[in-house]
Amino acid sequence: MSDVADRVKKIVVEHLGVEEDKVTENASFIDDLGADSLDTVELVMAFEEEFGVEIPDDAAEKILTVKDAIDFIEKANG
Amino acid sequence: MRRVVVTGIGAVTPVANGAQATWQGLLDGKSGIRAIDNFDVSDIPAKIGGMVPRGTGAGLFNAEDHVSVKDMKKMDEFIIFGIAAADQALADSGWVPETEEDQEATGVMIGSGIGGLPRIAESAQLIADGKIRRVSPFFIPSCLINLVSGQVSIKHGLKGPNHAVVTACSTGAHAIGDASRMIMLGDADVMVAGGAEAAVCRLGMAGFAAARALSTGYNDTPTEASRPWDQGRDGFVMGEGAGCVVLEEYEHAKARGARIYAEVVGYGMSGDAYHITAPAADGNGGFRSMRNALRNAGVTPEQVDYVNAHGTSTPLGDEIELGAVKRLFGDAINDVSMSSTKSATGHLLGAAGAIEAVFSVLAIHESVVPPTLNLHNPSEACRGIDLVPLEAKQRKVNYALSNSFGFGGTNASLVFKSV
Repeated sequence: MSDVADRVKKIVVEHLGVEEDKVTENASFIDDLGADSLDTVELVMAFEEEFGVEIPDDAAEKILTVKDAIDFIEKANG
Repeated sequence: MRRVVVTGIGAVTPVANGAQATWQGLLDGKSGIRAIDNFDVSDIPAKIGGMVPRGTGAGLFNAEDHVSVKDMKKMDEFIIFGIAAADQALADSGWVPETEEDQEATGVMIGSGIGGLPRIAESAQLIADGKIRRVSPFFIPSCLINLVSGQVSIKHGLKGPNHAVVTACSTGAHAIGDASRMIMLGDADVMVAGGAEAAVCRLGMAGFAAARALSTGYNDTPTEASRPWDQGRDGFVMGEGAGCVVLEEYEHAKARGARIYAEVVGYGMSGDAYHITAPAADGNGGFRSMRNALRNAGVTPEQVDYVNAHGTSTPLGDEIELGAVKRLFGDAINDVSMSSTKSATGHLLGAAGAIEAVFSVLAIHESVVPPTLNLHNPSEACRGIDLVPLEAKQRKVNYALSNSFGFGGTNASLVFKSV
């Protein structure tokens, strides 16, 4: 697993207060991990801070799963 | 009109976490005022506060007992204190609304004087530092005053009135008075009512210090700083915490065999129409508030045994309130006991009236009145009345009157009666 994936999952665990093994790559923040719309905004902010990237609102709206987040960040930092 | 009784109490105060633990502390003469050590006060003239004792164990406050770590970022501390006091009061009352009907008959009315000042200051700082994108999506709901009621409503499934009061230092008393009327008028059968405050932060301290309202002469002896009516008083000590009561329609409480602490029999309000921060010099605002509450209760001053005073330990306010009490009571002044529990707790602003309502009903329920700490030498105008100096006093309390006065010239008085 990539370093980015590890760090993304750690943030998700901390912010949503969910068990680590539930945070699979295909897990949806809202459907599987109990996030609401405000939680997802905050998650995106946490990703921005952790990885030093800017995630514009239209891109943020498309980050629905753990994998979406990892892919966006790897691409932005690639 | 339907009768309203108090069937549950909860309090998070600088003296202790828990209504009974706080009450025992008050009776033991324990002060909750200490040096502020959780933020920089080097450039603020007042360096002490009534801080809720935190930790795990009896009498200590542990936020995680009431709110998950994940949810804490969604609420500033005043909300956490409010949820805790509401949790305690509901547990104490034994009322667990589970059916749709019971949930709809149960409401919340918890106010705050200032709301999420610490979080407002932190978020404003982000903007000042050029980090506007870091402002949390939870910033607004973590600071809004009515989110104490909102969070309590969500946590306990309370679907009746979901309301909040904001009347500065009268908030707690107004919340309990207004919630009682909602029950009297049939909007609800049960209301969780009170106040919460957590504004002891750099911005809050700086603001009240600038208004020259805070005690500054006892920074080295914090427990002596809050000294209502004493010659050495020099301002109030800001405190934090929350108080809640469960108010219940009398027949509803009786039908389920609930313990009844006291009945809410009177509620009076008034406006000074005078000044933004100073009370009217002749005390007529407080006078009319008390008079209206007694009139509403159908009670004469002779019948009142205990007054829990607003008594914040300010040079001006203490004497003005006392003068109003003397004028209202006339000869009955000789038989009443009046104390200021702010001498132990400090001034909890929007939560003050709520914790003091808790103390008033406990005075009735336990037949003992709590003391005014640090009252060694009453000033000239503060003599000729039993101010319960230094030590608690056993006495039967049939009627208790609790006063709360706030910036903006807003006054509220509650009358409780033994049942």
